Amino acid sequence: MNFNSGDWENTIDVRDFIQKNYTPYDGDGSFLAGPTERTKKLWEELSVLLEKERNSPGRVLDADTKVISGITSHPAGYINKDLEIIVGLQTEKPLKRAIMPFGGVRMVEQALEEHGYHLDPEVKKIFKYRKSHNESVFGVYTDDIRAARSSKLLTGLPDAYGRGRIIGDYRRVALYGVDFLINKKQKAKIKFDRMTMSDFIVRKREEINLQLEALEQLKELGNIYGFDISKPAKDTKEAIQWLYFGYLAAVKEQNGAAMSLGRTSTFLDIYAERDLKEGRYTEQEIQEMVDQFIIKLRIVRFLRTLDYDNIFAGDPVWVTESIGGVGLDGRHMVTKMSYRFLHTLENLGPAPEPNLTILWSTRLPENFKHFATNISIETSSIQYENDDLMRVDLGDDYGIACCVSPMRIGKQMQFFGARANLAKCLLYAINGGVDEITGKQVAPPYKPITDDYLDYDEVMMRFEYMSNYLATVYTKALYMIHYMHDKYNYETIEMALMDERMKRTMACGLAGLSVVADSLSAIKYAKVKVIRNEKGLAVDYEIEGDYPKYGNNDDRVDSIAVQVTKMFMNDIRKNKMYRDSTPTQSILTITSNVEYGKNTGSTPDGRKKGVPLAPGANPMHGRDTNGALASLLSVAKIPWADAQDGISYTFSMAPSALGKSDAERSDNLITLLDGYMAATGQHLNVNVLNRETLMDAMEHPEKYPQLTIRVSGYAVNFIKLSREQQLDVISRTFHEKM
Amino acid sequence: MTGRIHSFESFGAVDGPGVRYVVFFQGCPLRCMFCHNPDTWEVSGGEEYAAEDVVRKILPFRKFYDNGGGVTLSGGEPLMQLDFALELLGLLKKEGLHTAIDTSAAIPLSMAWKAIDVADMLLLDFKAFDSALCEKITGRPNILEQEKEYLEYCQSTGKKVWIRHVIVPGLTLNEAHLKALGEYLHKFSCVEKIEPLAFHKMGEFKWQKELYKLSETEPPTENDMKKVSELLESY
Repeated sequence: MNFNSGDWENTIDVRDFIQKNYTPYDGDGSFLAGPTERTKKLWEELSVLLEKERNSPGRVLDADTKVISGITSHPAGYINKDLEIIVGLQTEKPLKRAIMPFGGVRMVEQALEEHGYHLDPEVKKIFKYRKSHNESVFGVYTDDIRAARSSKLLTGLPDAYGRGRIIGDYRRVALYGVDFLINKKQKAKIKFDRMTMSDFIVRKREEINLQLEALEQLKELGNIYGFDISKPAKDTKEAIQWLYFGYLAAVKEQNGAAMSLGRTSTFLDIYAERDLKEGRYTEQEIQEMVDQFIIKLRIVRFLRTLDYDNIFAGDPVWVTESIGGVGLDGRHMVTKMSYRFLHTLENLGPAPEPNLTILWSTRLPENFKHFATNISIETSSIQYENDDLMRVDLGDDYGIACCVSPMRIGKQMQFFGARANLAKCLLYAINGGVDEITGKQVAPPYKPITDDYLDYDEVMMRFEYMSNYLATVYTKALYMIHYMHDKYNYETIEMALMDERMKRTMACGLAGLSVVADSLSAIKYAKVKVIRNEKGLAVDYEIEGDYPKYGNNDDRVDSIAVQVTKMFMNDIRKNKMYRDSTPTQSILTITSNVEYGKNTGSTPDGRKKGVPLAPGANPMHGRDTNGALASLLSVAKIPWADAQDGISYTFSMAPSALGKSDAERSDNLITLLDGYMAATGQHLNVNVLNRETLMDAMEHPEKYPQLTIRVSGYAVNFIKLSREQQLDVISRTFHEKM
Repeated sequence: MTGRIHSFESFGAVDGPGVRYVVFFQGCPLRCMFCHNPDTWEVSGGEEYAAEDVVRKILPFRKFYDNGGGVTLSGGEPLMQLDFALELLGLLKKEGLHTAIDTSAAIPLSMAWKAIDVADMLLLDFKAFDSALCEKITGRPNILEQEKEYLEYCQSTGKKVWIRHVIVPGLTLNEAHLKALGEYLHKFSCVEKIEPLAFHKMGEFKWQKELYKLSETEPPTENDMKKVSELLESY
């Protein structure tokens, strides 16, 4: 055990350990090893199960109906014990989904029914005496929240499922062993005491109690699989296994909307480098451990309702792992382990999980840039986020939760807030708070616009008013949701692997940015005539003349997109946040852009009722006519300061348009990424695919079991999307210049 | 002065070296059978832009083009609007941007040389290495001769050239022609690269149905293209 010493030995400080011990790697990928026979066999056996799962009703292979899932709820489970070198499953069988009813017992029951299972009456009985998150939230919701929710002005709120987007620092399990962590928590608990009691102190002490119980259970989880994880991991294999136990405990306890892994590769590389040096393991053996670890991450499953699938399509877990970046001392943080993680996409083939995310810096080593972009071009399984931008605020030990949400590992969490539909909000501004589809008065009534043609200043004035109202009702809902989530569905093990004092953000979000920007641009630069129905409700719009469209690097409209982003963020900031969290917002839709569009009437930009919104911060389909860079620079203008929870842009390009040879394609993608990041773009999903491939996959899904495509902030198996969502992906702008 | 522009592409990755901004000029005197941009033919189409405004559109992207890329004037036939092209090239040069002209030599060298002199390089389309076939493809006589003149001029002035040649089964997918073209091009030290381009029908929908003669022609196979490369480079 000869690591360089430092503060990390006395206090919990994984970053300090990493910085004092890691070895930056500048070489290329030639050192990498292929999959072992054992891994190949294991993956083959699993592939059979995965196929069976795909062909099962609702794509659920098996589900538990009796055992309420917890850290130690199930006996040990294996895919094939003889082939596995990293072990641990959520239940006793691979791909068998557990029930986690604390988020909402009703949802568990519904999900089981939808897939042909029935919840055990005993479980139901328990929840006669014990409340769950979902029913508690609905018990306190106000009428205005209910109205905004049922009219789909607010969608996807985590009031009916686990909020997720919290990253436990799973590395702590490996570095310190669980006993050390327990000891530190006990000491921390003592500090939460005052002469006068307060809610704050009582809650803190209660939470630490829960965390301590979770840590004891974590040790027990190790025991179930025959490991004593009370002490620090001694080598690479133990480090991976210990770390995985930490993560496994989290996904056994919580069915969170995103259960991200953090930033583990460079941490693990420290063990691997030492083991290589001391001859304990060979490169082949280490790659085998990594491949098998990744296999485990690929088969994390949750039981979810069909409704859930509409907003988060393709059964995502968001096992997001952040790779690369540059340290505060200027050394890049690419290690051999960064390569090994990405190499799993070659050893095991493409896959949507884990959600491999490169923290891109223009200063990453050239070899790694080439390696990553080549894999991107081959597999469309990687996303890129701007380390040069985020490092300034978040240092060099942050990771991405879910798609685009950065947070310091072990020191920061967020209260996930889904998003508000700003396109619909604009229509409410025109119709005086009346819903354009149902005709119901949803927002407080006021005078609608009655002119035949829309006037920019008048629309803006009303839109500002409506945005303010929306932000208020939205943040009220989030306050209640997270209050109840903490109370009834607290993430004990994730919180146990974090500091007691941490930064919390309230992660709001907006959908429909490009539709709003284009609508306002049309009103300003063309003439927009209102079409009203017999009740005088504006239900459609006719545009006379042309107008500048978002996505063409045209400041006339891009500045509107910037203004709208700032406006909504400022409106959010006016409200009080639960636990005094810092409000942020993301411009991200996941796949809910389809669902949002369905519930949004025709908009003044010419988009018709029901047509999907653009995903994330993307320009509307087909309107970005000046090529990819123009589109990128428009998106890069959206101010990070007012969207610190991430700005998602998904970019699809035909391979033939990216360059003529593999080398050219990689060079060009690097140029594109370097330029986008230098222009302060935050996030880029890269798909290098032919539209024809996707069309063929729609017709012959059996030919494309591993076809992976990046959608807003994550990746999915294309064939697991609904037909509607597949068509949406295909209809988006493919940059395929001829 | 102003010129007529068909469209702009900020991320051109296949029209010259590196990542390039491509300005598609409106108007072309040729009527190539395999043209995938017939919407650029009509001289009066497109939109009018001042040369300064085109440069203003390009500059925000320049950091993307500094890494071995630049700007390509394409079309249409960019040299058909010679004065406009000249002004634009001059302005781009002043900005320090690398420039390329993607041309079919449809304009006589006696006029075009001025623009060729200003640009950093030429992407020269050889339509067919046979006069009669070339006329059949382009609908105009003498194009092959003009292409040769362009190339000889570039050789004499030391201008870098990339040759592009569309491979169409039944027309240019011809072993003898390809060998002859390879042999011919090999003599020019100014030719840095020969790019055989596989014919495709992605532009067919832009054609008037009765005018498009290649509906039945299939794109060359990957194997065909491999052979073509070998033939062109056998010298």
